[in-house]
This record gives sequence, structure tokens and C-alpha cells, in this order.
Amino acid sequence: MGDISKNYRLNFLKEVEANVEEGEWVKMCMQCGVCSGSCPLGKFWDHPPQEIFMMIRAGKRDAVLTSNAMWMCTSCYNCIVRCPRELPITHIMHGLAHYAQRLGLAPAHQPTAKFAQLFWNNLMKKGRVNELKLGVKLYFMNGIGEGFKTSLKMKDIGLGMMKTKRMNPMEAIGGHALEDVKGFHAVMQKAQELEDQRLANQRP
Amino acid sequence: MTAVIATNETILVVGGGISGMTAALEAAETGKQVVLVEQRPYLGGRVTQLYKYFPKLCFPTCGLEINQRRTKQNPNLTILTLAEVTGLTGSAGAYTATITLAPRYVNERCTACGDCATAVEAEFADEYNYGLSKRKGAYLPYRMAHPARYVLDPAIIGTADAEKAKAACKYDAIDLEMREETLELRCGAVIWATGWQPYDAAKIQPYGYDRFPNVITSVEFERLADVNGPTGGKIVRPSDGKEAKKIAFIQCAGSRDRNHLLHCSRICCMASLKQATYVLDAFAEQAEVNVYYIDLRSIDRFEDFYNKVRANQNIKFIKSKPSSIVADKDGNPIVHGVDTEGYNRYAEPHDLVVLAVGMEPAVKKDAFPISVQINREGFIEAAPENGGIFAAGCAADALDVNRSAQHATGAALRAIQVINRVARAEV
Ligand SMILES: Cc1cc2nc3c(=O)[nH]c(=O)nc-3n(C[C@H](O)[C@H](O)[C@H](O)COP(=O)(O)OP(=O)(O)OC[C@H]3O[C@@H](n4cnc5c(N)ncnc54)[C@H](O)[C@@H]3O)c2cc1C
Ligand code: SF4
Ligand code: SF4
Ligand code: SF4
Ligand code: SF4
Repeated sequence: MGDISKNYRLNFLKEVEANVEEGEWVKMCMQCGVCSGSCPLGKFWDHPPQEIFMMIRAGKRDAVLTSNAMWMCTSCYNCIVRCPRELPITHIMHGLAHYAQRLGLAPAHQPTAKFAQLFWNNLMKKGRVNELKLGVKLYFMNGIGEGFKTSLKMKDIGLGMMKTKRMNPMEAIGGHALEDVKGFHAVMQKAQELEDQRLANQRP
Repeated sequence: MTAVIATNETILVVGGGISGMTAALEAAETGKQVVLVEQRPYLGGRVTQLYKYFPKLCFPTCGLEINQRRTKQNPNLTILTLAEVTGLTGSAGAYTATITLAPRYVNERCTACGDCATAVEAEFADEYNYGLSKRKGAYLPYRMAHPARYVLDPAIIGTADAEKAKAACKYDAIDLEMREETLELRCGAVIWATGWQPYDAAKIQPYGYDRFPNVITSVEFERLADVNGPTGGKIVRPSDGKEAKKIAFIQCAGSRDRNHLLHCSRICCMASLKQATYVLDAFAEQAEVNVYYIDLRSIDRFEDFYNKVRANQNIKFIKSKPSSIVADKDGNPIVHGVDTEGYNRYAEPHDLVVLAVGMEPAVKKDAFPISVQINREGFIEAAPENGGIFAAGCAADALDVNRSAQHATGAALRAIQVINRVARAEV
């Protein structure tokens, strides 16, 4: 897709507007602070949304794209409901995360990013999420030792889910799939082509 | 039966606040016939409920008194209180208005002696004090009410209280047989001056106006500070009557917010700066005021006032729109948010929080008796399509008193021009 970002280094706001989902809303922020105060995860981030939006305007490209902030968003929508300017803050945060990931700038070993990738890979196999496999992958995401520890900790919940038929142990072998998996893969491949084309054609 | 003589050369003024009074007087003093229709039992509108005016910190009573005297001296002016315009048809130069008059149950013989109020027992929330106190079922709406005539609450009609009031009156001023009346009158031009109302603070859910007694609105705070108000001017908190020395003012409460009012209400920054001086006057060195704001809008020459208030060490300005308010176990409201200058998280306890609520038009978009151009904020636009109908004061925009009066004078001039055209055509 080429490093489109190079052309925009001087104007990060424009870059965000062109490349980030809902990015054209960033300029509408009036820096009132309601979103920052409303975010239940605010305490744990490098930067609250309001600050991220200001940093975008101030051209702090690296600081924004390598930040862990947008990866911490849990989509609780508290900020969106309260923003006096109706900025789709949650979506901008996800858009920024996605863009950072695309450029390979997302922080290494960011758990949300890792999980998102696991989820995607899992879904892409059969067009259906295999929760059992996804769960196991997730537990072992940070190595075998921790994986066993987490599995042990979660064992009662797992058994409970099986009892109430919320999880099927048979999923471990094969698992359920779409009727036409081949067709699904063809659709996804086409979609990827179109997306790559779109990105390549984006702004000279 | 109320008789009002009106012709196509009469100007009808709807709403008797400072804007309606100004427009009516300006027109009447040029010799035009004016009928002023006011919904409340008295004139003056919302400024009667303010303690002091910014920027001079003088008392509204002074200006109101002058206007009241002007109305008394003017034979061209007919005032109808407890009256509403329920219908309006026609076009510039020839309108017919339908006016509904609610019964006052007290006639012009009333001397405002107050004996009826002493005699009755039932009490009601006092709307003049935004429900912060109670009034009797027979009452003078407020101490300077014009006309200075008592009113019987319709709720006591048919009860023993009504008979007690009647029996107590030495002047035969109470008429329990009064009924609602409807009258039609002609007029050539209409000045629409129905003003504003405070935005319903309970709709701003995270601030908990409906949950926490110590979160109040700016209009209520005016009543608290007023020496003639429900607390005799003592700034105390509603929950326990404790002195409220540490007070937060939250700006743009409902204004500049796409979830509430789209517009900037324009006066609330100045109103909070003014109210901060009430706190300083009451507690001097012990006062602690925090003003939470997005940006402060003390327009044009008000900048001086802002600078003066800003210089006071006991008033702090925090650039941040708070995200929420919670109350601790002692009822202290705690203001939560993140400030814009440094992105610091705060959780600040106060004795009292005052929400600087926005001003919205008193008449809803779809409640006008005749078609007029309304903007997306709900205010009346100046538009040729409005014919002989002219908005004055806060019916046209969120304005302070000075600008309302100027605007009202402009509306009076426009109405006079219509009447002059009618007069020329009729000769
Ligand atoms: C907290 C606060 C503090 C303020 N302090 C100041 C200050 O210090 N200095 C300053 O300059 N300004 C101040 N203002 C602004 C001031 O209150 C307004 O400028 C002023 O009230 C405008 O007057 P008005 O006549 O246009 O509207 P209103 O005062 O609202 O009068 C409108 C009148 O019309 C009547 N009415 C409404 N609907 C109808 C109807 N359908 N039929 C008949 N009659 C009707 C109402 O009963 C009322 O009497 C303050 C505002 C707020 C919110
Ligand atoms: S709440 Fe909206 S306007 Fe306010 S700082 Fe956040 S994004 Fe900006
Ligand atoms: S949606 Fe995301 S950014 Fe918004 S308040 Fe929730 S966690 Fe914070
Ligand atoms: S109605 Fe009669 S008793 Fe009541 S205040 Fe008027 S004059 Fe006095
Ligand atoms: S005048 Fe001040 S408090 Fe009122 S809406 Fe405008 S900025 Fe907000």
C-alpha cells in the first residue's frame, strides 16, 4: 500500500481525516473535557480522548499512533452519549487503533491488538467464531505457563458454560462452519483486494 | 366583563417582561394605542426574580419602578394580566387576536392590605421563588407586584379558604364568581415578547439536579441571594440549611450542547461572575468559588467586569466541563472531570453546586397562534414573512436586559411604522 503517511507528516490532522474512520470529526472537538472525565478507563491511559484529539491537531503523529490510549477503549459509549458536539469518539478511537495497526505503529504486545488479531484469524477460518479455540488461544497468548494458570482459574466457569450448553467441547475438533466456506473465503479475498485498492488510490 | 377598545391602529404586545414593557411604553409614549397582554398576574417577567443586575450590580427594582410609573402615567396603555393570546389571524395592518383571561378573583378595589392572606390556610409552592418557599392561597405574587393586587389561587376556589378570604376582605375586593373570559380585539401590529425560561436542569442527567438537593440552578441561586428571598439573603444549602461557602458554578449547563440547547445562552457566564460576587459579599475571605467553564464569554464591555472578578483570589477558574456530579454521605456534591489545561483528573467536593442553566424560548416552536419564522434554536427570526409581527427581547434571542430593551425599542419602531401606514391609508 506504500507509505502514504510520509506525504502528510506536516499535517497530521489532514492525514487522520483522510485515513481514519470518522477522522473528519476530530476538528469538531471543542476541548470541553467531558469525554475525558466520563471515560471509566481514563485512569489507565496515557491520554484521554480529548487530549488525543488535541495532539492530532498539534501534529504529534508519533505520540498519537504509538499510544496505548485508543487500544484501551472498551466501547462503553459513555463519551459519545455525553459529548456536547456529538463526536463519534468511540469510533474515532477504534479508527485510530486500526490505522496505527495498519502502519505497524501500534505498541508491541498490546493485549487488545493481540486479541483482535486472534479473533480475526479465528473467524476467518470458517466464517464462524470458534469460542473454545479462541478462549484457549487467548489464555495461552502470553506463553504456556500463564496459559495453564488462567485455564485453571477459569475452569469452573468453563464447566458451567458446558453444562448450560453455552460451550460445546466438540468444537475442539473441527467446529461449526458456514455452509459455503469456500465462497466465504472468496468474498473475503475480494473484499481485501478492494480495500487494498482503496488504500493505494487514496490521495496522491 | 373586561372591555378593551382596539382598532387596526392598536399595537398588541404579548408578554410583559422587561422587553414587552419597554416596547409597550415606547410605543404608547409616541401616542399609539397599546394593549399589553401578560400571562402572569403581574408585569416585569423574569427580571423581577433577579437579585442584582450585572455589570453594575444594581437592583432590578429600580428600573422596574421607573417602568411601573411610566405605565401608570400613560392613558394609551391597557394592561391585561393573567391573559394569554390564544388565537391570532389576519395580516399586517389587520389582525384579530383572541385573548383568554384567567380569573384573578380579586377586583380593582383591592388595597393590598393582606388580610385575605392571613385568613386563608392552604399553602402552595411559591412559583416566584422557583418553589424554594411556600405562599398562601391568597397572595401578592411578590412585594413589588404591579398591579399591586392580590390573587386567589384557583385551587382554593370552592373550598372553605375561599370563603374565609372573602369574609376577611373589608373592601369587597374578592369576587368568587369571576370566570375565565375570552375577548377578541383588533390590532395592526403585534410585538411578541414572551421571553425565555430556564432549561430543565433535570435533563442533564450526569449532574443529578433531580437527585441531589445541593445541586441547584442559577435562577434559584438568584432567589437565595436576594435579601427579600426565601432565606432572607442567606446563602445556605437546601439539604440542611448549612452556610454554602464553597460553591461550584458549572457553565454551559444545557447550552452549547447538541444533546440539549444548540446555542450559547450568552448571559450565563456573566450571571455566574455576578453570582460569584454574591458569595464574596456573604463570606468574604471564607468564600471559595470554583467556576468550571469551556470558555468564558463576557461579551464586549463586560470584559472589565470579568477582569475585576478574575482578580479575586477566592475565585478559581477551571477550564473544564465537568463530566458528572455525585454526592458524598454528608450531601456534599463532588464535581468530577478532567481539566483541559494539563488533563488532570479532579474530584472536588463543594457545599453547593450552581448550574448555569441555559435560556430557552418560553413559547415552544409549535405553540405560536400564527405562523412565524422560527430558527432552529426556537427563537423568532426577523423575517418579512412575519408581516406585522415583531419579536422583542428574549423571544428573539438569548439577551441580557440592556440588549433586550434595545431590541424591544427597535420592535416598537417597526410596529409604529405599520400603524402609521394603516393610519395613512385610513384617512
Ligand atoms: C441566572 C440569570 C441571571 C441573569 N442576570 C442578569 C443580569 O444580571 N443582568 C442582565 O442584564 N440580564 C440578566 N439575565 C437575563 C435577563 O433575565 C433577561 O435579559 C430578561 O429577563 C429578558 O426579558 P424579556 O422580557 O425578554 O423576557 P422575560 O423576562 O422572560 O419576560 C417575558 C414575559 O412574557 C410572559 N409570557 C410568556 N409567555 C407568554 C404568553 N404565551 N402569553 C403572554 N405572556 C407570556 C412571561 O410571563 C414574562 O412575564 C439573567 C438571566 C439568568 C438566567
Ligand atoms: S466531549 Fe466531545 S467536544 Fe468535549 S473534549 Fe471530548 S470530544 Fe471534544
Ligand atoms: S467508549 Fe471508549 S473512550 Fe469512550 S468512554 Fe468508553 S472506554 Fe472511554
Ligand atoms: S383582596 Fe381584600 S383583603 Fe385581600 S389584600 Fe386585597 S383588599 Fe386586602
Ligand atoms: S454564556 Fe457562557 S455559560 Fe452561557 S452558554 Fe455561553 S459560554 Fe456557556
